[in-house]
Amino acid sequence: MWLFDRDLWIEIFHTLGKNMFRTFLTMLGVIFAMVILVLLLGSANGMSNGFNKIFAGTASNSLFVWGQSTSEPYKGFERGRRIRYKIEDAEILKKQIPEIEVLAPRIELGSHRSVVSVYRNGQTSGSAVYGDYPEIDEITKKKLVEGRFLNQTDIEHSKKVCVIGEETYKLLFDKGENAIGQDIRINGVYFAVVGIYKPNNNINIDGENAVFIPFTTFQKAFNSGDRMGWMAIAVESKTPVPFVEKQIKDILKHKYDIHPDDDRAIGSFDMSEIFNNITSFTMVLQGFSFFVGIFTLLAGVIAISNILLITVKERTKEIGVRRALGATPKIVKRQIVVEAIVLTAFAGLVGFAISVGILAIMNSMWGSGDDFPFANPMISIPQFVISFVLMVGLSVLIGLLPANRAVKVRPIEALREE
Amino acid sequence: MIEIKDLHKSYKMGSNSLHVLKGINFKVEDGELVAIMGSSGSGKSTLLNILGMLDGADSGEYTLDGVPIKNLSETKAAQYRNKFLGFIFQSFNLINYKSALENVALPLYYQKVPRKERQEKAMQYLEKVGLKPWAHHLPSELSGGQKQRVAIARAMAAEPKVLLADEPTGALDSKTSYEVMDLIQQINDEGNTILVVTHEEDIAHMCKRIVHLKDGVIVEDKKIEQVRAGQYV
Repeated sequence: MWLFDRDLWIEIFHTLGKNMFRTFLTMLGVIFAMVILVLLLGSANGMSNGFNKIFAGTASNSLFVWGQSTSEPYKGFERGRRIRYKIEDAEILKKQIPEIEVLAPRIELGSHRSVVSVYRNGQTSGSAVYGDYPEIDEITKKKLVEGRFLNQTDIEHSKKVCVIGEETYKLLFDKGENAIGQDIRINGVYFAVVGIYKPNNNINIDGENAVFIPFTTFQKAFNSGDRMGWMAIAVESKTPVPFVEKQIKDILKHKYDIHPDDDRAIGSFDMSEIFNNITSFTMVLQGFSFFVGIFTLLAGVIAISNILLITVKERTKEIGVRRALGATPKIVKRQIVVEAIVLTAFAGLVGFAISVGILAIMNSMWGSGDDFPFANPMISIPQFVISFVLMVGLSVLIGLLPANRAVKVRPIEALREE
Repeated sequence: MIEIKDLHKSYKMGSNSLHVLKGINFKVEDGELVAIMGSSGSGKSTLLNILGMLDGADSGEYTLDGVPIKNLSETKAAQYRNKFLGFIFQSFNLINYKSALENVALPLYYQKVPRKERQEKAMQYLEKVGLKPWAHHLPSELSGGQKQRVAIARAMAAEPKVLLADEPTGALDSKTSYEVMDLIQQINDEGNTILVVTHEEDIAHMCKRIVHLKDGVIVEDKKIEQVRAGQYV
């Protein structure tokens, strides 16, 4: 095959090497274009990865449901009635809606979003106190810095244990003090600390200053009976959250005699909505990067075509001589197109290497930070292949321009050229 | 070898048409060394271009080694040029970034001769023109006479039927010119057919036949006593 013709390559490197400086300047356009393309794509990917990192441990296909007050009178009840769920609702929902993967009931001490005083050795903290099931960890993962999270044994034996937030730890303990096994007091009941978690700065559902105790312990210690405050629900990945959300609401509305059109009685928050928004945001960002990058690349390749046109003009006589010696138009064209490809591909690879280096530096500078959604900025292999194929394809098309110019001049005119 | 019948060629110059060749009839036998003479504008270069398939005639017949040359595509013309003809130009037209050897090997490359064989053959022809020690020099490192000898080696490398030389000594001083003519005579002595376009009387007389062109017609066509260039070298 001609592609492996050694002489073709010797010819090409001869001509390209003959004018190193100009060849380099020509390539600069494509190098920059490739750097811009890869940096844009890489950054978009880095952002996407950054968001994923933030949401790691949070089940994306999930929702939270809590009770509010009715806004419509119904079946003899007045409006403004407070809806309070019972623990049995959890079982009912799980049984009736098979799409629910995990359902973690929770109860709060005091009213919603209120704090209670937590004491320890004369130190006080105003914290939110939650009665939870260990399953909650499957929906919103806690980053534990010490100890463990609540487990099934805690629930079964209603153990008086708790997991506290780092903020709570700071308020109740001295710096560096070991908290595990120590008791803290809530409403006159003592709980042993088994774990300390670090608040996730980015998704913050539980607050930074909170105490988690087993649900069953909560019931006994604070006499909450069969009440349930809210539910965190993970839905199987194939089912859209709004579909399950509606079923849950219908069941609960029926059970608690809520007017079917009353939208305010049941509060809910669809986590997947945020995820979808972010996913579409990063996708738009990637698409935009590709768009900008490809056009920059086009400009770079056109610059190569331009230089080749000049080269062809300068080489008119040489091409004339070659044709007099028996070079067919096809051979002449082939050489110029291959020159365009070689220039573009080489420049593209150089640009790629440079931008990968820059991305690595960017990653080491900002990649590990928690406060900015940016991690592992790198382009994927398919993205690389697509941009490379596109670039080479463009260079073939654009190389045809000077190639046709080269054979358009008749050899006799080419030879006359001085 | 070459047969031309009633060849006409005119060029369009704006609204005017310039009739350059007005019915040329002419025959070249195998092994001849023909000088085509004429002042500038006589049509000698045009004739050579048509013979070299670099240009087409408007009407008339042209047969080269029994092959009618008519309505050639660029590709076909390139292949015929490569197979039938060797060109020697006034300004040498060597490719300046290729060594003497590579220049000589170029027509063989277009004949798709394998690299090794090509190099060997090119070296043979360089030796023949006495430039073997200069094989790896670039044209810029050679003198005018040496360059033309490389060009002659290149023209011969593909073993063409006819060598076409367009003012081969036009850019050389007389001593070098005679050296080049000496070489051309030697090649002719081996039986090669050569056409030389020139306007220098002494060069023309080193051929075996002189064809005189004037205003697009052959005014004189005579065999002459060849002056050997060797005696001046």
